[in-house]
Amino acid sequence: MNIEVWVFLTFSLVAVASAVRVITVNHSVHAALFLVLTFFSCAGIWLLAEAEFLGLTLVLVYVGAVMVLFLFVVMMLDVDTAPMQEGFTRYLPLGLVIGLVMVAEMVLVVASPKFSSEKLSNAVAHGADYSNTEELGKAIYTDYLYQFEIAAVILLVAIIAAIALTLRKRPETKYQKPSEQVKVKKSDRLRIVKMKSEQH
Amino acid sequence: MPDLMLLLPEIMQTPLWIVIKIVVIVAPLLLAVAYLTYAERKIIGYMQVRLGPNRVGPKGWLQPIADALKLMTKEIIIPTNANRFLFLLAPVISLAPALAAWAVIPFGEGLILADIDAGLLYILALTSLGVYGVIVAGWASNSKYAMLSTLRAAAQIVSYEIAMGFALVGVLMASGSLNLNKIVLAQQGGFLDWFLLPLFPLFIVYYLAGVAETNRAPFDVAEGESEIVAGFHVEYSGMAFSIFFLAEYANMILIAALTSLMFLGGWLSPIGAWADLPILGDGMHWFVFKTAFMSFFFLWFRATFPRYRYDQIMRLGWKIFIPVTIIWLAVEGVAILLGWQPWL
Repeated sequence: MNIEVWVFLTFSLVAVASAVRVITVNHSVHAALFLVLTFFSCAGIWLLAEAEFLGLTLVLVYVGAVMVLFLFVVMMLDVDTAPMQEGFTRYLPLGLVIGLVMVAEMVLVVASPKFSSEKLSNAVAHGADYSNTEELGKAIYTDYLYQFEIAAVILLVAIIAAIALTLRKRPETKYQKPSEQVKVKKSDRLRIVKMKSEQH
Repeated sequence: MPDLMLLLPEIMQTPLWIVIKIVVIVAPLLLAVAYLTYAERKIIGYMQVRLGPNRVGPKGWLQPIADALKLMTKEIIIPTNANRFLFLLAPVISLAPALAAWAVIPFGEGLILADIDAGLLYILALTSLGVYGVIVAGWASNSKYAMLSTLRAAAQIVSYEIAMGFALVGVLMASGSLNLNKIVLAQQGGFLDWFLLPLFPLFIVYYLAGVAETNRAPFDVAEGESEIVAGFHVEYSGMAFSIFFLAEYANMILIAALTSLMFLGGWLSPIGAWADLPILGDGMHWFVFKTAFMSFFFLWFRATFPRYRYDQIMRLGWKIFIPVTIIWLAVEGVAILLGWQPWL
């Protein structure tokens, strides 16, 4: 077998195994770390598919930023898993329905003509001078500019909303105001008191 | 590949050749790490009118070797109720990205382990992984001091990564490539053509964000010896501790090397006319010299500045560095649009 096939099998095996562990492992921090491993393996598979920009961005954005913040939350929460396992049977029907819907959606996507086997068999391996980053940039900034801008505006709205949420004033918290600290003059802090010298 | 390698079976040739290249890069790097610790103690010593280590070997040159031997023979203590597997994995997680990033560093023209097109992106992705070592170490130690420091360190690293990434976008715009080899070649023609001058604010932001990323003074609240003992690796001892130490210094050298590649012309000679001269011309020695020069600043900072307060660090990262980079990206964009590209 080809070495690419071996690399693909290794990465996909690790990806599937760690994805299963994400939902079966008991401790939430371990689950988050398994999710990191899943992302990593997927990035490896994408690199293999000559999509190096997507693969590296997956590591940069999801592993390097999103999962770090996620881990923070999970570490701080100290989730007790016992009551969650009690509710397992109660939520099982709902979970099954959602799971089935997701499977159906994925089947519809994968079975669509865009992923048909004759289209995929035509895929060509590119040479060393092919740059996926450049091709992706050209496609996004020419053919898909409108969609790209819509995505950008949605993200901008999300950023503004997130900042607006932190802007509320809480009078009881004490925090530093550097502009006021800098403006302080000697006369604001220091009072010179003249006193008569004591008589002995 | 040398002819001797061709005697081996075909399937082994390429992997073995790559392993040899990796050893040729990593072995001098680890030696440089060891002697950077020695240089740090000596330089800070002289700056503070002391002598620094001068007992082991001539002028103390064998001090880092003695330190390494001492650390190797010490016992690794694992705290009770610590997560054993993650506790021992954390140092490895922090060292691995620091070493793996060197795969795309060009030491000379074409002198590079993996000449990939998305080199800059690869560097960004790998440096963003270093924080996992800190987080996993702090959490697995089962200690409140380690945990507190982890929170500080991780928040700081994630914040400064944004400014760092934006600074790199400026380099990408100026050079028109993500390939580190091409980024250096875009700066040909002497020090006036280096990205140092047109991208000066980005150079400052990148380097200082790099100092903050590696948790070095004056941004070393993560270690904060005087406040939280030693930070996230307070529970570590022996070799496990020294691997964190190795990772920190390897990261320092990496930041210095990247700064010299992206802003100081890498292996290019500072005078364009010298390019073909034997010693003063382009070559790996210039890259090594520039990296050493930038590494020196790390030590100088540590000897000079008092530690920032935590809220000041966050303010600097979010409210000063990020706006500076965004403004400079806009300036650069306008310059490119008007066809005014003095760096070309």
